[in-house]
Amino acid sequence: MIALLIRDLRLALRAGGGFGLGLAFFLIITLLVPFSVGPQSQLLSTIAPGVLWMGALLACLLSLDRLLALDFEDGTLDVLATAPLPLEAALAVKGLAHWITTGLPLVIAAPFLAVLLNMPPQGFAWLVISLALGTPALSMIGTFGAALTVGIKRGGLLLSLLVLPLYVPTLIFGAEAARRGAAGMAVETPLFVLAGMSLACIALLPFAAAAALRMTLR
Amino acid sequence: MSIWEYANPVRFLALSAKVQPFAWAAAAIGILVGLLWGFFGTPDDFRQGSTVKIIYLHVPAAWIAINAWIMMLLASLVWLVRRHHVSALAAKAAAPVGLVMTVIGLLTGAIWGQPMWGTWWAWDPRLTSFLILFLFYLGYIALWEAVEDPDTAADLTSVLCLVGSVFALLSRYAVLFWSQGLHQGASLSLDKEENISNVFWLPLIISIAGFTLLFLALVLYRTGTEISLRRARAISARLEPRG
Amino acid sequence: MRLTLADVAVARGGVPVLSGVSFALNPGEAMILRGPNGAGKTTLLRTVAGLQPALSGSIDGATDAVAYAGHADGLKAMLSVAENLSFWARVYGRSDIAGGLDAYALGPLRDRLAGTLSAGQKRRAGLARLLVTGRPIWILDEPTVSLDSHAVTLFAAAVRAHLAQGGMALLATHIDLGLDARVCDISSWASLPDDLLGASDEAFL
Repeated sequence: MIALLIRDLRLALRAGGGFGLGLAFFLIITLLVPFSVGPQSQLLSTIAPGVLWMGALLACLLSLDRLLALDFEDGTLDVLATAPLPLEAALAVKGLAHWITTGLPLVIAAPFLAVLLNMPPQGFAWLVISLALGTPALSMIGTFGAALTVGIKRGGLLLSLLVLPLYVPTLIFGAEAARRGAAGMAVETPLFVLAGMSLACIALLPFAAAAALRMTLR
Repeated sequence: MSIWEYANPVRFLALSAKVQPFAWAAAAIGILVGLLWGFFGTPDDFRQGSTVKIIYLHVPAAWIAINAWIMMLLASLVWLVRRHHVSALAAKAAAPVGLVMTVIGLLTGAIWGQPMWGTWWAWDPRLTSFLILFLFYLGYIALWEAVEDPDTAADLTSVLCLVGSVFALLSRYAVLFWSQGLHQGASLSLDKEENISNVFWLPLIISIAGFTLLFLALVLYRTGTEISLRRARAISARLEPRG
Repeated sequence: MRLTLADVAVARGGVPVLSGVSFALNPGEAMILRGPNGAGKTTLLRTVAGLQPALSGSIDGATDAVAYAGHADGLKAMLSVAENLSFWARVYGRSDIAGGLDAYALGPLRDRLAGTLSAGQKRRAGLARLLVTGRPIWILDEPTVSLDSHAVTLFAAAVRAHLAQGGMALLATHIDLGLDARVCDISSWASLPDDLLGASDEAFL
């Protein structure tokens, strides 16, 4: 399992597009928002938590179709399916690798972008915590979506169509926690629910993803 | 006589052919009676005036929109556990019907909402939930269309339906939480049942029954079409020369 | 340890292609499958490898014993040959890749990125993967595609050495490798058009 994680991380580093692309996308999306809604700092500071969560979600989505498709094309998934490593574990590891290469950089970059959007500083910590708790769920849901669509030619668009509705609860609780944090309100309820959803996704979705992948490889 | 006997496509088609005429006729009568009685035979609501009468379209459509998904969930489970093709095809057949009903529910809701609340759309929990349901229908149908092998498509859409149901339920609670958080003490209540008096109740029930029968007839009809398609495919697969 | 197939039927796209497949491989034995395109060689190999379920019949001895090499090599373009092989060795709980590198003369290429290799060199690296897994049963689907005659000799030698150590091999190939192996034309197992038992779409006929 560690071998698979190291390999995926190494590939992400070498092939580019792993650490870099999602982060750059997040940056650009966030920086384009003031151009579309206007430069009033009052407005920007109100919408900042939601914009940052939306940007993080889209950045996660961007790299999903590479998550399994490359391994499918070069036969790696066939071999992994016959290897001693359970496919469930392999997919959980691939989800983790996706989070480390995409989710984690977003979490770290978010406060810097929050400054640009005039977010109240009291909300920075809650923004980072909500993203740190929520992005693992985004990665795991994405892994499930990738497993569903990996056998489909040009499945990228379909992947977005399937995954985005599944992102709704994570987005709602995550953005709500960040928003309440920024407004100085109590954040416990949405944060706890968010953490619970992430844990449930990590625990259960690898099984659904592996089932879908076996159906595709068959 | 077990219900599983009708998992055989031939027996299913035979039964469906017997049931369908009655289902179509009963659906037509139910919808006609429900709508006509509702539109012309009930008094105007003292608060909402005649706009309230869209309820006879709105509520049955919403009812089918939700129950079609539940039916698809059950059919998907049957396919995954017992591998009955008819079950998978029935789920496939129900999805577009559910989608159309969701759209009807949303549109009639908007038409109703305009005079009542002065807006076509509000991010009310219930409206938002239906919008999310609409997205789930879209994804489910798109996945059926995208996968070439029909059995793989049935497998994958069933898994999506199972996982999607869990997330749809989560979304429902998330939306309730989120919308409360937005406007404290929602001023717009969509809870029709509370506002309904007995005069409106009976035609509404008849209309709902009519829509349910319409759904049944449509699903039977569409499942029959899907079975014929699969049969044509199975036959032509065997006519192809080997080697 | 022995690979046994008893009355196995396999399907491609829901249509049965082979039925009544029965054979056994003992340690040290190899079997070569022949048959025209579309006869079902790949389908049978994938079924034995456990990638798809058999329609009927039983396959014994294959679970956790097979190493499968299909049409794709399972190599990552951005990793070196040695990194690719080490990864697969570790997935199978091993670490030694020297045997694989030696058998296919990959020593000089070990630090080259797989993406820069020629098709034949990639194939050699893909076949070396079987050696580093340490699995006793090799399942090979057209292993000699894009190999030159020298590389084919290397491959034949590798299979021979594997068999000598008590390994087994199931191959689909049209090249004469000079192996002491049974040759089996799978056309004799072809499903008859009216042979529907267990087909996923039988209910529709």
